[in-house]
Amino acid sequence: MATPTDGELFAIHPMDQFAVESLSGHGGPAGLAGIGMFTNQVLWLVITVVAIAALFVLGSRGRAMVPTRIQSIGELIYGFVYKMVEDVAGRDAIRFFPYIMTLFTFILFANLLALIPTSFSITSHIAVTGVLAMLVFLTVTVLGFVLNGTKFLKLFWAEDAPLALRPVLAVIELISYFVRPVSHSIRLGANLMAGHAVLKVFAGFAGGLAVLTYGPGAIVPIVAISAMYGLELLVAVVQAYVFTILTCVYLKDALHPGH
Amino acid sequence: MEGDIAAMGQYIGAGLACIGMGGAGIGVGHVAGNFLAGALRNPAAAGEQTATLFIGIAFAEALGIFSFLVALLLMFAV
Repeated sequence: MATPTDGELFAIHPMDQFAVESLSGHGGPAGLAGIGMFTNQVLWLVITVVAIAALFVLGSRGRAMVPTRIQSIGELIYGFVYKMVEDVAGRDAIRFFPYIMTLFTFILFANLLALIPTSFSITSHIAVTGVLAMLVFLTVTVLGFVLNGTKFLKLFWAEDAPLALRPVLAVIELISYFVRPVSHSIRLGANLMAGHAVLKVFAGFAGGLAVLTYGPGAIVPIVAISAMYGLELLVAVVQAYVFTILTCVYLKDALHPGH
Repeated sequence: MEGDIAAMGQYIGAGLACIGMGGAGIGVGHVAGNFLAGALRNPAAAGEQTATLFIGIAFAEALGIFSFLVALLLMFAV
């Protein structure tokens, strides 16, 4: 057995897990040649969608009065998102419930499936979260103008502020409006990426210490990994919740720009 | 050797940009701490304000995300 030298003992590559690679061979997508390539990212997108469909198809098949386990999980998620839309965005936002529900279940399942060891974390990529956030941004902007016309611009014109302050506030509001998709997408992507990178760094410590101390030294990083894993489970659920609740807040702006 | 100085600037700049994330940490702690202080005084009203809590945390966190973004840009895009 080849023993690693001191230099490469702690050679940790925490970012390698995020590499997008073709499953049929080596290398990842480069430019337009990557269109249609079946990568590990595509595979885990498919797994996520299949898992969501399986939960809700199997869960709604029985429609039992006393729900089975899988049915009660589906009902729990449905009720949770329904109440969130109703509370945060208002009663008339209920017609956008399917969109919010899709966002929540997709992000939740992607985050949780990413925690399976050796799986691929699709929501840690800005490419994925950026598309989700841009869709929310475009939906809200188009919807605001379609429903309210030019009254939607009242969102940037604070009626109850002193007249001299209003242009200044309008500029600030405008900047913060266009920064929304940036912070919306990077919040989700960065949280997931940082968490998974930390897990990998500790895993690298465990390997290095196991070699250095012939075994027992690895206990400390493994305990730390377990604790971090619990935290990551919490982060996965909370980030899905935060993404959808912010979507509800933005949707409320589109429906009632004056408030 | 000359290129190393530019790389050194990148790494130092990225590290400095991460100080901003400490400010986001203070902000998030402030939001959560004040929520808890209020919730313990009036536990009956706390339940329906959890959504507001998370919105507040998300907005406080957004500014830390910008400093993280600057660090990422310095590391990978410059």
